[in-house]
Amino acid sequence: MNELLRRMLFLPDQASTFARDLDQLHYFVILTTFVMSTAVGLTAIFFFVRYRRRSETQTTPHIEPTWWMEVLFVGVPLVFFTFWFFLGFREFVRQQTPPSDAMDVYVQGKKWMWKFAYPDGPNAINVLRVPAGRNVRLLMTSRDVIHSFYVPEFRMKKDVLPGRYTQQWFNATTPGRYQILCAEYCGAGHSIMRGEVIVMKPQEYEDWLTSQRRGLIAQQDGSPTALDFAPALGNMVEQGRRIAAEQGCLKCHSTDGTRHIGPTWLDLYQRREKLTDGSTVVADEAYLTQSMMDPAMQVVDGFQPVMPSFQGKLAGPETAALVEFIKSLQSDAVRTGPSEGPAYAPIRGR
Amino acid sequence: MRLSEADSQALAGAPPAPTYLEDGTTVMSWLNTRDHKRVGVMFLASVIFFFLIGGVFALLLRIKLLQPGPFFVDAISYNRMFTLHGVVMIFLFLIPAIPSAFGNFVLPLMIGARDVAFPRLNLGSFYLYVLGAAIAIWGMIHGGADTGWTFYTPYSSTTPTQVLPILLGAFILGFSSILTGLNFIVTVHTLRAPGLSWMRMPLFVWSTYATSIIQILATPVLGITLLIVSVERVAGFGLFDPARGGDPVLFQHMFWFYSHPAVYIMVLPAMGVISECVCAFSRKNPFGYKAIAYSSIGIAFVGFFTWGHHLFVAGQSTFDAGAFGILSMFVGVFTAIKVFNWVGTMYRGAISFRTPFAYICGFLYFIVFGGMTGVALATTSLDIHWHDTYFVVAHFHFIMVGASVMAFLAGLHYWFPKMFGRTYPEGWGLVAASLIILGFNATFIPQFLLGNFGMPRRYYQYPEHFQALNVASTAGATLLGFGFVIIFIYLVIALKYGSRSVPNPWGSKGFEWMTASPPPTHNFDEIPTITQMPHDYRTHEPPGVIRVA
Repeated sequence: MNELLRRMLFLPDQASTFARDLDQLHYFVILTTFVMSTAVGLTAIFFFVRYRRRSETQTTPHIEPTWWMEVLFVGVPLVFFTFWFFLGFREFVRQQTPPSDAMDVYVQGKKWMWKFAYPDGPNAINVLRVPAGRNVRLLMTSRDVIHSFYVPEFRMKKDVLPGRYTQQWFNATTPGRYQILCAEYCGAGHSIMRGEVIVMKPQEYEDWLTSQRRGLIAQQDGSPTALDFAPALGNMVEQGRRIAAEQGCLKCHSTDGTRHIGPTWLDLYQRREKLTDGSTVVADEAYLTQSMMDPAMQVVDGFQPVMPSFQGKLAGPETAALVEFIKSLQSDAVRTGPSEGPAYAPIRGR
Repeated sequence: MRLSEADSQALAGAPPAPTYLEDGTTVMSWLNTRDHKRVGVMFLASVIFFFLIGGVFALLLRIKLLQPGPFFVDAISYNRMFTLHGVVMIFLFLIPAIPSAFGNFVLPLMIGARDVAFPRLNLGSFYLYVLGAAIAIWGMIHGGADTGWTFYTPYSSTTPTQVLPILLGAFILGFSSILTGLNFIVTVHTLRAPGLSWMRMPLFVWSTYATSIIQILATPVLGITLLIVSVERVAGFGLFDPARGGDPVLFQHMFWFYSHPAVYIMVLPAMGVISECVCAFSRKNPFGYKAIAYSSIGIAFVGFFTWGHHLFVAGQSTFDAGAFGILSMFVGVFTAIKVFNWVGTMYRGAISFRTPFAYICGFLYFIVFGGMTGVALATTSLDIHWHDTYFVVAHFHFIMVGASVMAFLAGLHYWFPKMFGRTYPEGWGLVAASLIILGFNATFIPQFLLGNFGMPRRYYQYPEHFQALNVASTAGATLLGFGFVIIFIYLVIALKYGSRSVPNPWGSKGFEWMTASPPPTHNFDEIPTITQMPHDYRTHEPPGVIRVA
């Protein structure tokens, strides 16, 4: 029954402890709505058929409702709606009250990506890993405008506000991958501000966490990180490609010449760009770096100054790797063929 | 009561007083008019024009949504288009549509007055509307805003698009709305015909009166809010932008303090139109007159205390959510009372299935389903999943289009002979009504399901599993669009070539039919004395002007 109604109403899978309870209420409310609107509709149709006009000179009696009708008219909806409210509010209070044993994850929204940080390590972009069957509390804030953290399968949503923290908790029941959608309009990239929750079996999660923290401790000791051994991971172009995906650059900049929210990176290096103030600039290393750190300073004509600053978010070698990646994107070096449309950040593992 | 011998002779023999349409035919005679009927007709033409513009934006949005990826327009243009669709439909169509167009035309006729209390102010209200609309249109041509019609801060205080002209336009339109409301309140209090006590007032007058109260009390708050956003953008004050020390949620409280009651500005007059049409086409007195009249005032009052149900997931306290949740239920109860009484009005009536009645049927179904999904959304925990998804979009389109536009169309057809003295083609009317009701369901029922499925609103691109329902919705929107085009064409033709209507083609006993159709400039040769309730069909009248002794 649950499964049948869920599919009929196009509700997504139930992957958190809230989902099933909430869906029961959902079915009840929708079914009452259907019964009520059908009842009103049928009564109207019956009256129409029974009392259709028989002559153009027809007169009708003056009828007023009796007291018990008025009581019924007020009472029935009042009882139903109040009942809905109490069922709903009980569930709402439960959702708004995080249990004390919940593990915390810090969430930061910004145009147009999600960042996650676990108190003892590691950080992640766009991918939140949590163990199944454990209470998780998200402490959320935004760097710029209002976003909203929405996972349909968890029946969970909360606005992410700049300048303050909001909290939201959940307990994921089924291991799997679930999309995070931004539900509060936040500009050009609103619809591609998507992330992913990966619900892992508890043991797998512990293993992942341990391996991540090992890497983190090494970093705190001042030992060289993986990034410092660049050649071991591939050349700077490869690093740049990875960083561009992780930082969300590719949500706005295409690499195949397609016009998107920002200028394309294809053939960008050494291109003569016309700016909004009418002057021109050659897109050399200095200009590319400045555009990452202070994007609003010199905006290319025809584009909106919507790019956030990456000052403090990109380390020196990362900036260099990005510049190298852009330099590598020359059309004579790229395969020819039909455009595949703008690329947006692939979520790791897909 | 009955058309007396003398009256018939007066109608047939003596040259009738010139109708308001014939009293001066130059453009200036229209632009300088102080006649409430001409102001009403000018408003009607303007709101229909903007409805068509808003409709074109809606269809462009639906075309884009056929594909999940980038298609047809780019992301920023899409964002501008849904903003303009919202701003045009709400501020330029829905808010003025019924009160300023039909209210201006029929309200003085219904209360037996020669005009509104402040005819010059009435014309001024129209020019404020034109000015506000012109500024908003100018802003649209010069870039347009991409904030959504809700202008949420801090996005609206930081976006580089042209938000200022749109804010200023909406600010000025607010004054037009306030002045119309003020005018109606004074008119209803001071200009009722002898014998027209409060308990004999037509239900359309009651609902317009309730609307006017909201317009006067709530619209200034919107004005203040929009002004603060403008000041924040221009002068860098930090009232809403947290980067400058402001509070973004404060904006949402202030915005919805206006915009939730504004929903009732849009739907209460629609309820009034339906109350009139149900009686006229069922040829029956309103069942539960007092219940319908008082529930209008009830909605106007309680509507002020429900704004917080827009903020259930925005970080307001759980206690506030509970308080706003239960208060929102009461609005649902008042609406339910009206619905039961409209259906009750049909009981033992003499129902004639004409085009306006088709829209009444659509209206009843849409308001029950739209209203109950509204109460479902106010059921705090259910809102968590639905908030800012297509479920909300479908819900408010059920109320705004399903209820308000159906009532607008019912009123347009019901009062068309009254306004222009011509009849519209009944067959085409029914065809268009069926297309619209069918197309409307096909457009918005898939959107309810999309909301359940988890598709957030204002999405330029969407995950691929949402595509099938989006295509279904676009197909429905096409039908809906055809329906509106048919109505537009046959009404324009009927204006010039429609057959001449008798003064009271429906045999209606609404008080606005006490005078000729179209009415003379001063409405009544002699101010009527009201001795009965409106829509009293215990006696039969031959079709013609009803005379209330």
